[in-house]
Amino acid sequence: MVSRAPIAGVGMTPFGKSPERTARELFGDAASEAIADAGIEPAAVEEVFYGNFMGEFAEGQGHQGPMAAEAAGVTAPATRFDSACASSGVAVRFGARAVARGDVDVALVGGAERMTNLSTADGTSALAAAADALWEIRAGVTFPGAYSLMANRYFHEHGGGREELAHVAVKNHENAVENELAQFQRAIEVEDVLEAPTVCSPFGLYDCSPMSDGASAAVLVSDEYADEHGLETPVAITGTGQGSDRLALHDRASMVETPAARRAGERAFAEAGIEPADVDVAEVHDCFTIAEVLALESLGFYEPGEGLAAAREGETTADGELPVNLSGGLKAKGHPVGATGCAQISELTKLLRGDHVNSDAVADAEVGVTHNAGGTVASCVVTVLEVMG
Amino acid sequence: MSETVRDAGYDDFLDAVEDGEPYYLEGSEGDGWLPPRSVDPNTGGELSEEPLPEVGELESYTVTQVASPAFVDDAPFVVGVASFGPVGATGMVVGVDPDDVEIGMTVELGVERTETTDDRVLVFHPR
Repeated sequence: MVSRAPIAGVGMTPFGKSPERTARELFGDAASEAIADAGIEPAAVEEVFYGNFMGEFAEGQGHQGPMAAEAAGVTAPATRFDSACASSGVAVRFGARAVARGDVDVALVGGAERMTNLSTADGTSALAAAADALWEIRAGVTFPGAYSLMANRYFHEHGGGREELAHVAVKNHENAVENELAQFQRAIEVEDVLEAPTVCSPFGLYDCSPMSDGASAAVLVSDEYADEHGLETPVAITGTGQGSDRLALHDRASMVETPAARRAGERAFAEAGIEPADVDVAEVHDCFTIAEVLALESLGFYEPGEGLAAAREGETTADGELPVNLSGGLKAKGHPVGATGCAQISELTKLLRGDHVNSDAVADAEVGVTHNAGGTVASCVVTVLEVMG
Repeated sequence: MSETVRDAGYDDFLDAVEDGEPYYLEGSEGDGWLPPRSVDPNTGGELSEEPLPEVGELESYTVTQVASPAFVDDAPFVVGVASFGPVGATGMVVGVDPDDVEIGMTVELGVERTETTDDRVLVFHPR
């Protein structure tokens, strides 16, 4: 990154079930919170970068860029980004780059998704659209199904099984217990995960993130604007990276590696001038339990095949060497897909600046990373956040 | 999915499987792809049509209990990824008890119709 993109404010609706609330209303709430947190007026926003994935399917609403700006009380150029579940991660990245390069001084970034107004079957169809429509969806692949294919191949190549994955779900539920924004604020046991109804083998219900409604937002400002207006910016985006991969799993060299995430991570770390070992805390895309494992390996925190045991061994728990998904992750915080990427930014910002309910677990943290994936990681965005000295 | 309007490449491939003459598209470096493709995704170079190997190897599979609306009457069903030489494909694994499906098993390509919508679907028959 040419320079950094300081974070002046963040906002996020509670994630969960609010089927009657539209995406525009949800985003309006999140954006207003972020703008107030930043201490600016809506009129100061120079451009809006907004993520949404299934608006046409869930609400019959396309063209959501201007809708998002309107909901935020902003009259500024506004663009919707769609990269499936990485939609608002991509929106954040483009907003951060616009600020870092001096294109704008104030950017509103974020995303929203309304999902629970759909039946489970229709929601499953909508999510499956992130896969290859010709060659995967028409063969019956669902989104849990696609990640199940990856999980079973992982077990085949590296060993391990459902119990190790169950520890990922248990950890992330535990992290969400005190998070009032999380969809599931309750602890679960390994047995709960193993005995849950099967969605598609090897996944039971607790291996899967839920259908959720919600929105997230952040205000990014230039250093100059922050100085001129006396804004507090204790945390900044110091690096971003994005990667793509073949849309269909069967067109990839490996089903158990996610090179889009690896490339995104390498780019983001290089921009920030850090190494994986410098990272103190991470929010990664655990849409399914195996996804957290693949994320940790792709980002260089673990060698291939060694990330599976991280949660079971306590290495990624709140008191572990590298706390992962202190927000509860997608698994327990919830996963309104278009909002998820910026929600990671919002939660990590609070963790780093000390006003998150779980901040005490990372009181001395200076470097955090988010990993936001789309589809079966055919898209991925990695973002580095640092406490500003 | 309506078959009133065909999807060029996809429906042509299923026709070829039904006719016993499946093919794939090969790039200059030996990578294989299913159609439709204008260029090799890896190199951007030209592709040539080659006969698909008769048998493949199952790379992974899952037994789906919660299906999308287009497959609800088919559930539970097995979906797998198989490699046929340089080409990967995704299909329903049929003609075998789900408990007997194994990664590494040899499969043949076929086309059947789904229970739910009567649409054509690519399938893998264990050999």
